Amino acid sequence: MEDFILFIKKNKLFAFLCILVLILALMCLFVPYIAPNDPLKTNMANSLQGRSSQFPLGADNLGRCLLSRLLYGAVTSLKLTFCLVIIVFIVGTTVGTLAGYFGGIADTIIMRLSDIFLAFPSIIFAIAIVGILGASSINTVMALLIVDWVKYARVSKSLVISIRKKDYIKAAKMGGAKEYQIIFKYILPNIIPSLVVMATMDLGTMMLQISSLSFLGLGAQPPTPEWGNMLNEGKDYMQTVPGLMIYPGVGIFVTVMIFNLLGDSMRDILDPNTEY
Amino acid sequence: MFGITFLTFALIYFSPGDPAAMLLSATGVAPSPELIQQVREEMGLNKPFLIQYLHWLSGVLKGDFGTSYKYSKPVLDLIMVSLPATFKLAGVSLFGMMVISLPLGIMSALYKNKALDYMIRFISFLGISMPGFWIGLLLMYIFSIKLKILPVMGDSGWKSIILPAVTLIIAMASKYTRQLRAAILEEISQDYVIGARARGVKEKVILLRHVLQSSLLSIITLLGISLGSLLGGVVIVETIFSWPGVGKLAIEAIFSRDYPLIQGYVVWMTVIYVLINMMVDISYCFLDSRIRLEKRI
Repeated sequence: MEDFILFIKKNKLFAFLCILVLILALMCLFVPYIAPNDPLKTNMANSLQGRSSQFPLGADNLGRCLLSRLLYGAVTSLKLTFCLVIIVFIVGTTVGTLAGYFGGIADTIIMRLSDIFLAFPSIIFAIAIVGILGASSINTVMALLIVDWVKYARVSKSLVISIRKKDYIKAAKMGGAKEYQIIFKYILPNIIPSLVVMATMDLGTMMLQISSLSFLGLGAQPPTPEWGNMLNEGKDYMQTVPGLMIYPGVGIFVTVMIFNLLGDSMRDILDPNTEY
Repeated sequence: MFGITFLTFALIYFSPGDPAAMLLSATGVAPSPELIQQVREEMGLNKPFLIQYLHWLSGVLKGDFGTSYKYSKPVLDLIMVSLPATFKLAGVSLFGMMVISLPLGIMSALYKNKALDYMIRFISFLGISMPGFWIGLLLMYIFSIKLKILPVMGDSGWKSIILPAVTLIIAMASKYTRQLRAAILEEISQDYVIGARARGVKEKVILLRHVLQSSLLSIITLLGISLGSLLGGVVIVETIFSWPGVGKLAIEAIFSRDYPLIQGYVVWMTVIYVLINMMVDISYCFLDSRIRLEKRI
């Protein structure tokens, strides 16, 4: 417990950001109780209404409560972002670890495959994939997974290769440890911290990728509220009700900023030598 | 490159939509099963996957990208009409990005951990956290709707390029400035800089002759990467501002499931991207005598 307090005292920014993320998570969990109105309930009588006690931030073109939509939109955006990061992390790390540890043909195939992806601006490829598969949240996550896993595979592979030759691995092998035991007991614990930092730093980027695709109308489909597609719907009413396009943007901006800061401070804590 | 075309082709092949039905509904004919079958035969869709791919590929090599379903025009023509607008926008943005980022990045590295550095870092941090499309919409709201000094969308004269270009510049310059700062800081911490300082070489000379010259390589590499993300960012900005470039064309193609056009777009972007990377690689030879000498020996 004392260690914990000391850690927080040393890393105030990090602790503060963690609290912010926690608040964000709690907000998402309790959205049904916080949101003043049903985000999907349309009522043309309230269309584009200004602020009122019923609609704290006004209503959109279909008379839906903007605040409720923003809150539910946060849930959608964050859910998609975390799903994407976790899946990419698992797929990339698994592939990279196996390729790095066993080498051979599988390694060559994986690396050539990743060369293909690196030879192309990822967002364009993601757009093309969603375009071909059809627009939906799941396809967006799929497309970004296809594009993003490469980075994790490469990094985890190079980490594994540098660890594979260490003496304690040889010792474990001589001690009769099985391959999977070596991977789970010695290799993964060593590479996961750096990969987690990388994943945290990528949270913001991936959130931007998802919301860009949604903004283009390729991600979450209306009427599901999502910050990207809310911006897309709101932009048509920019002249009369600018709030429709300003608030979702602020949402993305602030959340991405929190994630970026969190990633930075996490890196500073775990790896104080590098400077960026 | 062949990998990318193969992958997109495979995706199209296995995708749920039937191109024949798409073609018919695009031309306004009610798709009956017999008609679809007939069109499938004409389009060669009943042949095995690999043969279709090779057929398409041999067409591409001859400069024939197929015909767009939606516009019933050759894909190549459509892309050629739109490319200049994209190049114009990308060129202006790239230039603007360099003009802003180079001095800021260098200053930020020189005045490390001073007020100026913090300010630059703070602003660039805001820049990378903002979604590009939101910047675009905000700029549009402020300058076109509130102040009414710049046109909202389309390509009509030099004024209309300002907003899309500024949108791209803000997003790209923030990233590039940060990368530049890191690259130059790394160079400054090298031993030879300490050596030069110890010998009493003037700071200005160290900076201009040694540090900048040797960090030129990483500056150019980063520029190549930025160009790649520029190609991606252009798609979104073109859609917001209805800029008549390839990005907008591609998004429209996606919504109308115009597969030959999507495919052609992907090929063209890959070609451009590969060319950029090749140029970056070639420039290494001119800039870095180590690489140049290695080749000669």
